Amino acid sequence: MNNRSFKRRCLSDKVFIILDYAILILLLVLVAYPLLYVVMASFSAGAASMTPYLIPKNFSMAGYQAVFQFKDIWTGYLNSLINMVLGTLISLAMTMLCAYPLSRQDFRPRNFIMILCMITMYFAGGMIPSYLNIKNLGLLNTRMALILPGALSVYNMIVTRTYLMTSIPGDIWESAQIDGCGNVRYLLSMIIPLSKPILAVIGLFYAVGLWNSYFDAMIYVSSRRDLYPLALVLREILVLESSNMDQLDVNTLLALEERRNVMKYAVIVVASVPVMAIYPFVQKFFVKGVMIGAVKG
Amino acid sequence: MKNNSVRKTKQARPSLAKDLKKNWSLYLMVAIPVAYLIIFKYIPMYGVQIAFRDYVPIQGISGSEWVGLKHFEKFISNYQFKTILWNTISISLYQLATFPLPIILAVLLNYVSREKFKKVVQMVSYAPHFISTVVMVGIIIQFLDARSGAVNMLISALGGTATNFLAYPEYFRHIYVWTGVWQSIGYSSIIYIAALSGVSSELHEAAIIDGANIFKRIWYVDVPTIRPTIVIMLIMQCGSILSVGYEKIYLMQNSLNLSQSEIISTYVYKQGIASSLPQYSYSTAIGLFVSVVNVILLIAVNQITKKLGDTSLF
Repeated sequence: MNNRSFKRRCLSDKVFIILDYAILILLLVLVAYPLLYVVMASFSAGAASMTPYLIPKNFSMAGYQAVFQFKDIWTGYLNSLINMVLGTLISLAMTMLCAYPLSRQDFRPRNFIMILCMITMYFAGGMIPSYLNIKNLGLLNTRMALILPGALSVYNMIVTRTYLMTSIPGDIWESAQIDGCGNVRYLLSMIIPLSKPILAVIGLFYAVGLWNSYFDAMIYVSSRRDLYPLALVLREILVLESSNMDQLDVNTLLALEERRNVMKYAVIVVASVPVMAIYPFVQKFFVKGVMIGAVKG
Repeated sequence: MKNNSVRKTKQARPSLAKDLKKNWSLYLMVAIPVAYLIIFKYIPMYGVQIAFRDYVPIQGISGSEWVGLKHFEKFISNYQFKTILWNTISISLYQLATFPLPIILAVLLNYVSREKFKKVVQMVSYAPHFISTVVMVGIIIQFLDARSGAVNMLISALGGTATNFLAYPEYFRHIYVWTGVWQSIGYSSIIYIAALSGVSSELHEAAIIDGANIFKRIWYVDVPTIRPTIVIMLIMQCGSILSVGYEKIYLMQNSLNLSQSEIISTYVYKQGIASSLPQYSYSTAIGLFVSVVNVILLIAVNQITKKLGDTSLF
């Protein structure tokens, strides 16, 4: 909006602008402070050595040393990476295979299939029938149980379809057809290269979802520790602390707890690095994705 | 999907067989996702009927005995029913009450003229959205720790007494909702920021000439323009009142706060999967109960907004 440069402002507008900035700065602090605190605490010798100014009294890498020795974390890391890459590729393929035919005006069953897809957005079997289904399919305790149930998000598919219908002119298909180009070749050499922006957006949606999910893993691979994704390992470390330390005397106990706390902060940082590191670069894509979705409603 | 109905009217539709022959590759493509939907979405939907049966795995779905509404009655007469339902609804409504916050943030950002400052606020406030649920709950637990948590250290420094907040049921919903706001306020505001960017600047100019101050412009220019977006988001939230974010709540639960933190979905998980004697039919019935209530609410809210002359979802 370019109407803000009006020179004369009335008093209430001035008050508003001052309040506006004040609230936003407050918000900035409220959001950023805990994030920075976590990072700084992971470099401290213990939460007790943290000062309110975010600079630890004793700088220490002990937390990270403990994390690097924790084998489960690295197995989890690897599993999460595999799930994320494999799952995103499968999801993108699935989404494209659905969105492209449905974006074609001349594809006869498009309305019928569209309804078939949309029904699943509003009705679902629920937790137990889905679990039993995976069990009956023999997928329980396999990696596929973590990847397949969410392989196609109808919402993402509709967003993609909208993009294909609005951003790629139909004339291209007509001239390609005249040149003897078939559907498959058209999809591979025209549609996919032309829809890179949308593939980036929904690819990121899928990837972040796969990286962060823990509930599916808890349900579907509970008895295969070697398949535990990072999120599930984190749950054990951060949430379910095993506390069989009753026999120790108070001082040892406190020291041990301090060390565990620092390690937890380090774990939090290590686990969030992949997503947080790419986030500033892809932020624009996310915003775009939300907007395309919003336009469609 | 309005363009669905736009068809070339003159051209007669080819018969299905002809179309199949001509566009066989399109059918082949779409067959894969359709097969996926049938296997992973529609078969579980068919499986919902075990809510009305006494499901025994060996006998299969259709082989198990039909018992009608037995499991629903069992749930409703359960001594925990009222507590769980109330916990679910109260947490959900509390969360719904924070619904305007992202809108307010979007409006505030809209009147910031320093682009750089705006970018920084957006960038920082979106960041928590990308923290995973497990890590988020880990942070909550660490911060609220009675001895070494940042919050309690601050309280002690200010002369208060440290409290193990997660051990007190009465604090649970506040912690859940406000950490949720912390995590999602920025990201949820994106959609409103997008909608606000569509407000025509001519309207604002006209309003300024007419002597409207910013408050008036927000109320009479901005809000009416983004109203459809607000209504749609509101309907969608109302449609999921009985399914609050169980992934986060499950992790925040402990034996001390369970009296206010047990919600329907976590109860379903505990009865149906985590239990050593899983009650498949019983927990499916509860899940179905939730879905039905959600759909009813969605339709009801949708009808109300339609009556009020506003946007509706369908």
